[in-house]
Amino acid sequence: MSNDARTRTEDAYLAVQSTSEFQALRKKFRGFVFPMTAFFLAWYFLYVLLSMFAPGFMGQQVGAPGITVGLLFGLGQFVTTFAITIIYARWANSQLDPMAEAAAAQMTAAAGKEN
Amino acid sequence: MPLSLPFAEATSVGSPALNIGIFAAFVVVTLVIVIKVSSGKKTAEQYYTAAGAFSGRQNGVAIAGDYLSAASFLGIAGAIALQGYDGFLYSIGFLVAWLVALLLVAELMRNTGRFTMADVLSYRLKQRPVRIATAISVITVSFFYLLAQMAGAGGLVSLLLGVTGETAQNLVIALVGVIMITYVLIGGMKGTTWVQIIKALLLIAGTAIITVVVLGKFGFSFSSLFQAAADNSPAGDKLFEPGLKYGKNLTTKIDFISLSMALVLGTAGLPHVLQRFYTVPTSKQARKSVEWAIWLIGGFYLLTLVVGYGAAALVGPKTILAAPGKANSAAPLLAYELGGSVFLGIISGIAFATILAVVAGLTITTSATFAHDLYKEVFKRGNTTQEQEVRVARTASVVIGAIAIVGGIFAKDQNIAFLVALAFAVAASANLPTILYSLFWKGFNTRGALWSMYGGLTSAIVLIIFSPVVSGKPPLVPGGPSPSMITNAAIDFHWFPLDNPGLISIPLAFFLGWLGSVTSKEHNAQKYAEMEVRSLTGHGVAEAVNH
Repeated sequence: MSNDARTRTEDAYLAVQSTSEFQALRKKFRGFVFPMTAFFLAWYFLYVLLSMFAPGFMGQQVGAPGITVGLLFGLGQFVTTFAITIIYARWANSQLDPMAEAAAAQMTAAAGKEN
Repeated sequence: MPLSLPFAEATSVGSPALNIGIFAAFVVVTLVIVIKVSSGKKTAEQYYTAAGAFSGRQNGVAIAGDYLSAASFLGIAGAIALQGYDGFLYSIGFLVAWLVALLLVAELMRNTGRFTMADVLSYRLKQRPVRIATAISVITVSFFYLLAQMAGAGGLVSLLLGVTGETAQNLVIALVGVIMITYVLIGGMKGTTWVQIIKALLLIAGTAIITVVVLGKFGFSFSSLFQAAADNSPAGDKLFEPGLKYGKNLTTKIDFISLSMALVLGTAGLPHVLQRFYTVPTSKQARKSVEWAIWLIGGFYLLTLVVGYGAAALVGPKTILAAPGKANSAAPLLAYELGGSVFLGIISGIAFATILAVVAGLTITTSATFAHDLYKEVFKRGNTTQEQEVRVARTASVVIGAIAIVGGIFAKDQNIAFLVALAFAVAASANLPTILYSLFWKGFNTRGALWSMYGGLTSAIVLIIFSPVVSGKPPLVPGGPSPSMITNAAIDFHWFPLDNPGLISIPLAFFLGWLGSVTSKEHNAQKYAEMEVRSLTGHGVAEAVNH
C-alpha cells in the first residue's frame, strides 16, 4: 500500500464516519445494546440483592417441595438470558447487518480497492 | 442411600487403572486429531488464531470447552450438593456474563483486532505503553487462572487415580503440563480448538447422561429429587433457601455481591475468552459463536442443578465431605453411585480433559501476548519476521507450561478455589473498563487507559493481599489452622473485610479511566474514526484475514 493510498483510506474513514447513514447505524446499535445491557444487569443484581437481603421472600415454597420463589427467579435468569440472545441475534441479522454492509460498501467505495 | 463401598477409608474410588486408561484414550485420540489437522509450518496468524478459519458454531462449542473449567464442572455441582440454592445462585453469574460479551464486546473486538486483546486496546492510543499495560494484565489474569487449573489437577489425581504419594502427584501434574505443551506446540490454536471442541461435547454429553439417569431414579419428578436431597441433607428444607453459604452475616452478603460483579463483568475481560473471537472470520460468526456458547453453557448449568441435587440425594453430603477433594468429588461420586467404575472412569477422563483443554487455551493466549505484544511490538518495534515471532511464541508456550507445572506442584495443597474468582475480579477491574471505553467512548485516551488498567490491577491485588483470603480467617476449630492462604492463625494482617475485591476495584477502574481521560488532551480523531467505522462495519477484516 503506497502512502497516497493510506491517506485516501484514512480520509475515507473520517468521511464515512460523518455520513448520516453511518450515524444512523451507530445510533441504532447503541439504542439497542445499551438499554438491553442496563436491563439484564438490573435484573441480575435485583436477583442477587433479593437473595442476599430478602431470603425469607426468596425461600418461600411455591407448590412442590424445593420449588421456591428464589429458584423460579433463578430459572427466570436463564429464560431472560436465552431470550435476549434470540432477540438480539434476530434483530442484528435482519436490521443491523444490512445497514452495516451498506456502510462497509460505502467505505470500500471511498477508500478505493481495499485488497 | 448408603454407598456400597467403604468410602471413608478408601483414598480413591472406582478403578484407578480404568480411569487412567480412559484418560489415556482421550489423550491419544485428541493427539491424533491435533496432528492431523495441523500439519505444516505455521504463520503467526495460524498459531494464535487458526487464521480465523473456524465457523461460528465450531467456535461456540470451543468457547464452552474453554469456559467450562474443572471449577464449573466439579465445583458448582459440589456447591449445589452441599449448599443448595447458594450454589445455584453462584452458577448464574457465569451465564449472565455472556450477555456482556454478546451485546458489547465480541463483534466489535472481532472487527478491530487481529491477534491479541492489546490490538484492540492500543488501536487508537499510544501503542507501546498500552501494549505493556495490557500484557501485564493478561499475564496476571492468565497466571491466576492457570495456577487454579493445575492445582485442581493435583487434587483430582488423589481422588480419581488413587495416587496419594507426593512424588506421584507431582509426576501427574507434570504429565498434564507436558501433554498440554505438546498439543500447543503441534497444533497451535487450531489443534487447541479441536481439543476444546471434543472436550466440550464429551463434558456436556456426560453431564446429560448423569442428569437423565438421576431423574430416572426419581420417576422424572423434580420434586421427588428435591425432596430426597433435602431429606439427605443436614440443612433439610433450608437447602432451597438462600443463605447456607453467603447468608451468614452482612459481610458475607456484601462479599457475594462483590463476587457477582466480578463474575458478570469479568468474563468479557478474560483474555483467553477474547482470543477465541479471533478464530472466526467475521463479526457475524463471532455473534454466532456467542449464541452457541450461551446455549451450551446455559444448558450445562441447568444440568448441573440436577447433578448437584442428585449428588446430595444419592451420595449425601456426609460422604462427599469425607472424600478427598470434598465438594469437588460430588460429581465423580455420583457417577460412581449411578454407573460403577466404568461411569466414574468416563467422568474422571472428562474432568482431566477439561483441565487439559482450559490450560492449553490459556497458554496459547499468554504466549501470543508475549510474542506479539511484548516481543514484536514493544521490544522490536514491529521489526520482526513471522518466523521469529512464531519461534518466540513457541518458546513462550514451553516456558508458560513449565511455570504452570512448577506452580501447580507448589499450589496443590493450597486452598486455591479463590484463584479463579480472583482472575475474574482482576479481568473485570483491569481489562473490561478499558475494553468498553475504547470501543464506545470518544473521549478515551492513553492516560485514561493506563490509569484504569494499572489502577484496576493494583487495587484488586492489594485488596486481595490484605483480605481474609490471604490471612486472618478464624480457625474452623479452636486452635486449628486458619482457612486463609496463610494457615498460621497467629499471622493476621488483613484489613479489607471482603474476600473478593470487585466491589471496590471495578468502580475504581471505571472512575480512573474517566479521570485520566478528561485530564489529558490527547485525541486522535482519525484513528477514532477508523476504529469506530471498522468496529461497526467490519471493513478491513477480510483484508487482514486473507493475508
